Amino acid sequence: MRVIYILWLRQLKKYVRSKSRIVGAIGQPLLFLLALGYGLGSVYKAAGQGNYLQFLVPGIMVQTVLFSAMFYGAMIIFDRQFGFLKETLVAPDSRFKIMFGGALGGATTSVIQGMLVFVISLFLGFKPHWSQLALTIVIMSVLAVAITSFSSGIGSFVNDMQGFQAINQFLIFPLYFLSGALYPLNRVPAWLRIIAEINPISYTVDALRWTLIGTTRFGIWHDLLALAITLVVLVGFGAFRFRHIEA
Amino acid sequence: MIEVNHLVKKFGSFTAVDDISFKVEPGELFALLGPNGAGKSTTIKMLTTLLKPTAGSLKLNGYNVVKQQSAVRKSFGIVFQDPSLDLDLTAYENMQLHAVMYHLKPKRIKTRIEELLTLVELWDRRNSLVKTFSGGMKRRLEIARGLLHQPKILFLDEPTLGLDAQTRNLLWEYVGNLAKTKDMTIFFTTHYLEEAETNADRIAIIDHGKLLIVAPADEVKKSTKSQSLEEAYLKLTGKEIRDESVSKGEAWRERQRARVMR
Ligand SMILES: Nc1ncnc2c1ncn2[C@@H]1O[C@H](COP(=O)(O)OP(=O)(O)OP(=O)(O)O)[C@@H](O)[C@H]1O
Ligand SMILES: [Mg+2]
Repeated sequence: MRVIYILWLRQLKKYVRSKSRIVGAIGQPLLFLLALGYGLGSVYKAAGQGNYLQFLVPGIMVQTVLFSAMFYGAMIIFDRQFGFLKETLVAPDSRFKIMFGGALGGATTSVIQGMLVFVISLFLGFKPHWSQLALTIVIMSVLAVAITSFSSGIGSFVNDMQGFQAINQFLIFPLYFLSGALYPLNRVPAWLRIIAEINPISYTVDALRWTLIGTTRFGIWHDLLALAITLVVLVGFGAFRFRHIEA
Repeated sequence: MIEVNHLVKKFGSFTAVDDISFKVEPGELFALLGPNGAGKSTTIKMLTTLLKPTAGSLKLNGYNVVKQQSAVRKSFGIVFQDPSLDLDLTAYENMQLHAVMYHLKPKRIKTRIEELLTLVELWDRRNSLVKTFSGGMKRRLEIARGLLHQPKILFLDEPTLGLDAQTRNLLWEYVGNLAKTKDMTIFFTTHYLEEAETNADRIAIIDHGKLLIVAPADEVKKSTKSQSLEEAYLKLTGKEIRDESVSKGEAWRERQRARVMR
């Protein structure tokens, strides 16, 4: 346990010491929030869908957690380039604990980022249901741990930032844009809906909409089940890849 | 303590380590010498579970290195040739992280860290971020960290690279003492031949992945009819300059270190 704790703490310290990372990682979601929230708000309302900001904020929170958790994989690549990774790979503990301690740390900072965006959105006029705030944080945490485990796995066999960025571009961005985070899925073509329905990100977005604004498309239990499966699969993937890492 | 049998490592079609075998006894100070690119670090990486051998068998402290990785990892400590610190943490935090990962007792952690940071004269700088350290300070910290837990076997891959004479002396004194009093086995590489001659019980010389000789320094000299270890070394490995000569390679690596560590 102490090993997991110290590796978790390491990520937190690095996070707190890097102001640019804190600002950088909420810059992009904030831009989305402002540009889309204000840009599309009136169109959305005219289409009879209600308040777009209310709809958008849960999606942007997922975006924040998703991309900062993906960034954790880049940290592994930096650790490899700066050589620190070797130090953890020869440590006499299970590779799972070593992978998981860091992933938990990365997940914690991702959830903090998500909550920062949440707080900012309050100032922009977002009105959440406060009763499910705890569950909101749990859901974000599950997503964050799943994605940091996944990105650890990716960071274990992709050696450079270019390769890593490619995964972001060709896998994570599409999953995010096709998830219903930015637009409702009830008016989209069938193919897009089908993609959204097999996309774990959709379920996370849907779950946060349920806890924050009380609407759901798939039903909260389906959402939670999908999240749980995603968590197990991705932690398994991360653990497997990390065990076979060579320095 | 260390048993290497017909060890081979290939990277693609290139053979970095070519069918080497040797044994190291408990409490022995064992030096692996050889020109740049000879395969020293690759051998150490295989011994320390960082690389999988292409062929051959490896035993450390009685454990099979490939099959019993976690038992093996409990048996050794290592100071890597390349940088391995977290630059965003302080010197103390780097030490602490290592101490916890190696299961030192919480009560002992602080005194051990103080002992070792004092030894390498970094105790006053314990709360500075490592990225503000000079190259030599980083190296001293890596060495202190490698000595923090007291393993059965200690690997030192060019530990004195970039260190001043004072620190080098201090290191060898300390390490020699560990071997004697704690019966620790020390496996090291270096390009300073006099370091190997004065400190090592036995010397192995490797070139192009092949082991040329394993013997005490005296015997190495005798069998090559040489006055000094350097002469013997040059007779065995040839005088022709490699794509990276020893001195050129050294200078190049120093620059790389400086670049990475900045
Ligand atoms: N990951 C790798 N992929 C391909 N070739 C490698 C790899 N690691 C090492 N090599 C090659 O294997 C050979 C042996 O390298 P190694 O690092 O073991 O040399 P060394 O004896 O430690 O040299 P030095 O004194 O410069 O540290 C070199 O030719 C090197 O280029
Ligand atoms: Mg080397």
